Amino acid sequence: MYCIHQGTGSMNSNQDKVMTLEEAIARFVTDGCHISIGGFTVNRNPMAAVYEIIRQGRKNLHCYAHSNGTGVDELIGGGCIARIEIAYGGNGKAAPTCIRFKLAVQRGELLVEDYTNYQMALRFLAGAMGVPFLATLSGFGTDIVGKWGFSREMRANHPELPNKKLEIIDNPFDSWGGAAKVVLVPAINPDVTIVHVQKADRHGTCRIEGLNFADIDQVKAARNVIVTCEEIVDTEQLRDKPEYNSIPFIHVDAVVHVPFGAYPTACHNFYDYDPIYLRHISHFAKDEKLYAEYLAKFVHGVEDHHGLLNLVGKGQLDIIAADKKTGYAVGLDRR
Amino acid sequence: MGYTLQEMMTIMAAREIHNGDIVFCGTGISMVAAMAAKHINAPDSIIFFETGPIDPRLEEIPMAVADPRVMYGAASNGGLLEAFATMQNRKTGRRVIGILGAAQVDRYGNLNSTCIGEYAQPEIRFPGSGGACDVASFVPRYLIFIQHEKRKFPVRLDYLTSPGYLDGPGAREREGLLPGGPTAVITNLGVMHFDDDTKETYLAFYYPGVTPRDILDNMEFSVDVSRAAEAAPPTEVELTILRERVDPHKLIL
Repeated sequence: MYCIHQGTGSMNSNQDKVMTLEEAIARFVTDGCHISIGGFTVNRNPMAAVYEIIRQGRKNLHCYAHSNGTGVDELIGGGCIARIEIAYGGNGKAAPTCIRFKLAVQRGELLVEDYTNYQMALRFLAGAMGVPFLATLSGFGTDIVGKWGFSREMRANHPELPNKKLEIIDNPFDSWGGAAKVVLVPAINPDVTIVHVQKADRHGTCRIEGLNFADIDQVKAARNVIVTCEEIVDTEQLRDKPEYNSIPFIHVDAVVHVPFGAYPTACHNFYDYDPIYLRHISHFAKDEKLYAEYLAKFVHGVEDHHGLLNLVGKGQLDIIAADKKTGYAVGLDRR
Repeated sequence: MGYTLQEMMTIMAAREIHNGDIVFCGTGISMVAAMAAKHINAPDSIIFFETGPIDPRLEEIPMAVADPRVMYGAASNGGLLEAFATMQNRKTGRRVIGILGAAQVDRYGNLNSTCIGEYAQPEIRFPGSGGACDVASFVPRYLIFIQHEKRKFPVRLDYLTSPGYLDGPGAREREGLLPGGPTAVITNLGVMHFDDDTKETYLAFYYPGVTPRDILDNMEFSVDVSRAAEAAPPTEVELTILRERVDPHKLIL
């Protein structure tokens, strides 16, 4: 079930990894593969990539998410995801519970395994570190420990999944650190992680501005990585201040230049989230017929992300343009 | 000066925040309460979010914990791991107060934000823990925000997402949790605290115009109301700051 492409010579510092989004998705996101996307609720979700995955008709994806609101909900609505391990399916004011996620779970169309945000962040970190699990003190006494969405039988039939959701053990160092027991959460190594960043060079070195959420570990945990970016910049420009860089090129397999690639979610210092468009998605998401029409027009009905941006119109994109000082659209009407 | 119950609720939460507290907040009304405390009674409190920013300037009210408005002017912008480390860090963890919302709360302050009905195919699915279970597991004290309605105060939760006092005294420690737990349940009708001995909720304050009976009528389980007093209404200063400084565009209140 693993994706067939496993590292494409990404260690070569001279390799030009720039390609089209269509090509990157076709190569690295295959039916049934295990995927994670970057960002958090209404911020820096790789939306251009999400919509391209839906356009290419990917099915049966296994998704790992902490709180990747907009992107994950559109992938669910687009019929791409069969199973999800997730901490939070909400999307700010536009959807306190992500609407397609909610409907899919209530209808039994989506198999869910619940974790916490910290547990998911640790699971990506474990994957990035190459250890089988990490320990935390979060989860004791809760149904997150007690109730499993993926049964032991199902796990036994899926060698790409750990045999258990999690495990509680006695602290092997007695009570060192003040804990009698610890909760162990298993590592995640997605087949592919897709993130959207502000700046990348042609080899994949990235600079994330603002919060990184869990993007860096999600990237380092993955077998294949697609980076979409607002700007492709010269390598020298990034290497001039390496301490500001977030991801070195050695982890990255594809670099795609997509201005507004996180739209309608925000991209710090470039644009805000679009409250009108997010509300528009939520409105359509509540009704099957409306949502089908929405997908037909705004996802399948456009050739690429540029096509969506044309439908949205330059006027609206100007309204959400980030203020230079604050990084967001000051005074944006967010009612 | 007239006020809404939402405003009263926000001010009651703000009053629970003290100078020097490091405040973890989520979205919505909890964010307004944390910002109100900073402007009114706890100017030296520090706000942070699970997405990673520490002490952001918050010139405009964020609508989500990943809103770019949480990033501007922060002392540092990290990620999820930094945020949760702040709650557990030996130096900072003891100062953290959390504010959590939920779909259901039981008599011991345990929270459900996952689902109503069977977990596998629920009648109603909510967003899930997010960082709530982590906060409830790690921090020494937290406030619970919830609307007072019968179905939100059930005898038994459909799903226990975030630990309160579990099934009573000593249960947190028995299960492996750190001490700590919720200190107040703040609703649109009143405020409940937790009994030191039983760890059960009891009514501490009812708002002006609300009776303890009104509150009991809006809960499935019953609570002790013998210690309840009428809460002091919000002052003009509190309301003015709330309306003019914290949420001038009425995005949340």
